[in-house]
Amino acid sequence: MVKITFIQPDGTAQTVTAEEGLTVMEAAKMADVPGIDAECGGACACATCHVYVDAGWREKTGAPSDMEEDMLDFAFDVREESRLCCQIKVTAALDGLVLRVPAKQF
Amino acid sequence: MNAVEPAAGAGPIETDVVIIGAGPCGLFAVFELGLLDLKCHVVDILGKPGGQCSELYPEKPIYDVPALPIVTGQELTDRLLEQIKPFNPVFHFGERIDALAREPDGRFIMTTDDAKQFRAKVVVIAAGGGSFTPKRPPLDGIEAYEGTSVFYSVRRMEDFRGKDVLVVGGGDSALDWTLNLQPLARSLTLLHRRDDFRGAPHSVNEMRRLVDEGKVRLMIGQMTGLDGDAGTLQTVTVKTAGGEEKIVIDAMLPFFGLTMKLGPIADWGINLNENLIPVDTEKFETSEKGIFAIGDINTYPGKLKLILSGFHEAALMAQAAQKIVYPDKKVVFQYTTSSSSLQKKLGVK
Repeated sequence: MVKITFIQPDGTAQTVTAEEGLTVMEAAKMADVPGIDAECGGACACATCHVYVDAGWREKTGAPSDMEEDMLDFAFDVREESRLCCQIKVTAALDGLVLRVPAKQF
Repeated sequence: MNAVEPAAGAGPIETDVVIIGAGPCGLFAVFELGLLDLKCHVVDILGKPGGQCSELYPEKPIYDVPALPIVTGQELTDRLLEQIKPFNPVFHFGERIDALAREPDGRFIMTTDDAKQFRAKVVVIAAGGGSFTPKRPPLDGIEAYEGTSVFYSVRRMEDFRGKDVLVVGGGDSALDWTLNLQPLARSLTLLHRRDDFRGAPHSVNEMRRLVDEGKVRLMIGQMTGLDGDAGTLQTVTVKTAGGEEKIVIDAMLPFFGLTMKLGPIADWGINLNENLIPVDTEKFETSEKGIFAIGDINTYPGKLKLILSGFHEAALMAQAAQKIVYPDKKVVFQYTTSSSSLQKKLGVK
């Protein structure tokens, strides 16, 4: 199992254990992480699972695909470290990953 | 729910059933109701059938529709349309039912945002996650400017003549309105978070040409705040690579896609549980007799938001709807495999 920590805008941290092969969004939903709405259920069609990848992890999570970049246009306060977490697959390499939940989702 | 007098004049469209939502459950409801001789009109806010299946994930495979090991959202929609063709449903796309009231005789009168009216004995709410509505940028105080300075669609282009207009977004809506409003507006600024646009290439080229000619100001950045007075927007704060800038505008048009909201259904006097409609599991009827709810929008003990569950709900709902429309008709349950009368309705005999 892979450990992923979500940090809320108020600083509250929640570490969830995620099974490899799931998406980070699915792991977040299973653990009821607040602020990860994932309205479309992981189809990369809504931008409501927007997260900021903590510095130091961005190389491992990689950059968004073109489709994900297009969908990020629908997110609020998009930064260089923005990702849609339905598009990040849980792998052993991501053990310890730290993600920040934005203050506002659309 | 208020009782209303029947409308005068041309009069509403008369039908047995109005189905709200043309997603898979709404479409299959046409089939089940059709087998029982109930005529349907289907209303959907989107411009095409399929609901979430065609709007959110047309290319995504679905693996849990019985007998179809793999089917995309669009294929499922197309197959349902083919299946219900014999029943000639009438579709009303791009419209939303805003008002619903019960008439003294128990029928329902409904009015769309386009002022179209329907009169029906049965209403089936198959609205999924609710109606697709434009996403509201989460900027403090934006509600105060909606309809006066902030617009999610353009009803009349003339309203923007001589105005300083800000269009926000990077897709076809943002580009189209940039191109259409530029000749009318006093100034037009297009704001997008990156210098890369999703829209049709010819629209992107046309926009770039206007930018080069100095007719459109292109800003790369994101909105962070709004300032105004008494419902009138005055400035929008934009964060760009170079820092924050306040731009003075009269009207802002944000295009950030669609989200699902329950919408006017909340005002029809039906009992709700959060944003879902509680129903019984015999008829899938709401707290109001004659108004049914099927698919993702309903809730009951054990509810699963699956397309196949919505199909089941449509079948049981249709039996109850028939008793309302034809109270004196003796109902004989029939199978499509063997019933000559059902096969005749389906046009296969």
